[in-house]
Amino acid sequence: MNPELSIKMRGLDVKVFYDSNQALHGITLSILENNVTALIGPSGCGKSTFLRCLNRMNDTIEGARVTGHVFLDEEDIYDSSLDVVELRSRVGMVFQKPNPFPKSIYENVAYGPRIHGLARSRLELDEIVEKSLLKAGLFNEIKDRLHDAGTGLSGGQQQRLCIARAIAVSPEVILMDEPCSALDPIATARIEELIDDLRKNYTIVIVTHSMQQAARVSQFTAMFHLGTLIEFGATETIFTSPKEQRTQDYITGRFG
Amino acid sequence: MSKLLKHRDIRLKQRYRAEAFFRSCGLFAISLGVFFLLVLLYSVFSQGVSAFWQTSLTLSVKLDAKIIDPEGRRANDPQIICIADYPRLLRNALAEELGVSLDDLVSLREVSRMFSFGAGSQLRDLVVKNPQLIGTSQKLTFLAASHVDSVFKGQVNLSVSETKRKLSNKQLEWMKKLAYEGILHKTFNFGFFIFSASSRPEMSGLGVALIGSFYMMFIVLLCSLPIGVAAAVYLEEYAGRNRFTDLIEVNINNLAAVPSIIFGLLGLVVFIHFLGLPRSSSLVGGLVLTLMTFPTIIIATRSALRAVSPSIRLAALGLGASKTQTVFQHVIPLAIPGILTGTILGLAHALGETAPLLLIGMVAFVANYPVSPMDPATAVPVQIYMWANEAERAFVERTFCAIIVLLMFLALMNIAAVLLRNRFERRF
Repeated sequence: MNPELSIKMRGLDVKVFYDSNQALHGITLSILENNVTALIGPSGCGKSTFLRCLNRMNDTIEGARVTGHVFLDEEDIYDSSLDVVELRSRVGMVFQKPNPFPKSIYENVAYGPRIHGLARSRLELDEIVEKSLLKAGLFNEIKDRLHDAGTGLSGGQQQRLCIARAIAVSPEVILMDEPCSALDPIATARIEELIDDLRKNYTIVIVTHSMQQAARVSQFTAMFHLGTLIEFGATETIFTSPKEQRTQDYITGRFG
Repeated sequence: MSKLLKHRDIRLKQRYRAEAFFRSCGLFAISLGVFFLLVLLYSVFSQGVSAFWQTSLTLSVKLDAKIIDPEGRRANDPQIICIADYPRLLRNALAEELGVSLDDLVSLREVSRMFSFGAGSQLRDLVVKNPQLIGTSQKLTFLAASHVDSVFKGQVNLSVSETKRKLSNKQLEWMKKLAYEGILHKTFNFGFFIFSASSRPEMSGLGVALIGSFYMMFIVLLCSLPIGVAAAVYLEEYAGRNRFTDLIEVNINNLAAVPSIIFGLLGLVVFIHFLGLPRSSSLVGGLVLTLMTFPTIIIATRSALRAVSPSIRLAALGLGASKTQTVFQHVIPLAIPGILTGTILGLAHALGETAPLLLIGMVAFVANYPVSPMDPATAVPVQIYMWANEAERAFVERTFCAIIVLLMFLALMNIAAVLLRNRFERRF
């Protein structure tokens, strides 16, 4: 691995229990700064669960219990001194199904900066909204209808709106939980381009079911199976010469 | 290919038969419901609509100074005007129209019985207000007696013998004559919405009951909406799932099913005996109805909150919104249509509630308008209940007419619920 890459987030022996069911069996995994890390694996392997540990969204699930440590810049996010609201302003999330608020496009993007008090004036807020929409590659398409309903956009546009909404808070890490699974191939291609673009400024973790997508957008890949981490490494290596038989089988479509 | 399909036995006939059977069952059930609704509406409207009109006498009355103030002392003693014999003025005026001699005392008695008991007071109020009218003739409209009203509306069987009737044959003849001359006629019954309780049907109305119901609805809305919504939001969004919250949930559901008369008993013991609030007041009535309404509001609000897509909560939480921000800025606004619908339906239920009000003394003969919610009052359904106990024909039509008024308020509230829901849902 390239020594100049710095570690942005690190999971250390992360275990997750849903009531009495153990979903993750001690995951230790590093997320590198300004890179895209893809989490792959068959359904139910725990990749989404691990993703949700990174911004403590598991807290919202009743009966979920997390042990172990997750570090963000050497800070343990499960430490009681860390505020979960602050954490989520630093680690944003994009969900599987586009979920814009039933408000205008502008309000959708402005909501995050507003609750965190990131803009001191209306003008500054306008600027944040415009920049975020530009970064998400949506601005040119919708600049004339900023005040129309966000839910009136197409699926792909809605998902880019959700990405813009996440960016508007200026997070350091963006988590994406199968962001393209509800989209058509053209919209998917646009989001993938966008992810590659965003990598310059953000650290991205993406859960995906599509091997091609993982190969296209990520620099690092982690392969999960039955709640354990099977293999982690540079995407090229994983896809061309995996060390594990199970990884090879999954990538080539023999199971999963 | 099609031949092959024909031979497959996939029980199509039975399936279609089952479907047709189920459809006809549903259709039958709905038509039965609609039929009874129509019967109900027909019986209420056919018997009640007539009360919107009231028989009146319009005639010119000579405000004779000799009768009002025979000794000419009114300049020194204004009291004279108040206690003058106004019914006599009315009687004389009508006797003149009918050509009855002022010496025929037997007939004169019958003439004066054509007027409502309130007609004299109406004339008195007019003269006391405008003493300069004394000595002039005024064309005025007075309420007719309720028997005249019932006969004029054709609600009385006139084939029974004269001795068993409230109106004599002579009076019936007079009525025909007066109607022909346009003196006896029907006017819109504004009094029905203004008058308070009275033992004379033509002078009784829903005034006090409407004010009482209005006060109570206001109190119910003011108390049960904030308490109900707050409780629902806490239970749904903040409280954890444990045995204690389960117990509360079961109890709230049970509370919604408690017979309403028990709430009346509770109100009697707690609000009147223990807290010493005034009996028969709309304040106590409103509080009792609040207790009854808020389980409904809690249940409606909780289901409205639960219906908000979890993805919206996740989106807000994922952006770093706190729990309270998520609930108040996203979940509650989206639940408002459901909350409003539940609230208005709860209010409509409370508006029609009678039993608990009987126990806290709102079934009372209240002749004065309640100035504040602390004053004695009745409610529309209680007024219906009280009128239903009266025997006179004119009270029967008033009972049904009050039902029409109540049904109209309920319909208005339901329409308001639908409109509000549509309005809030259409935002995006």
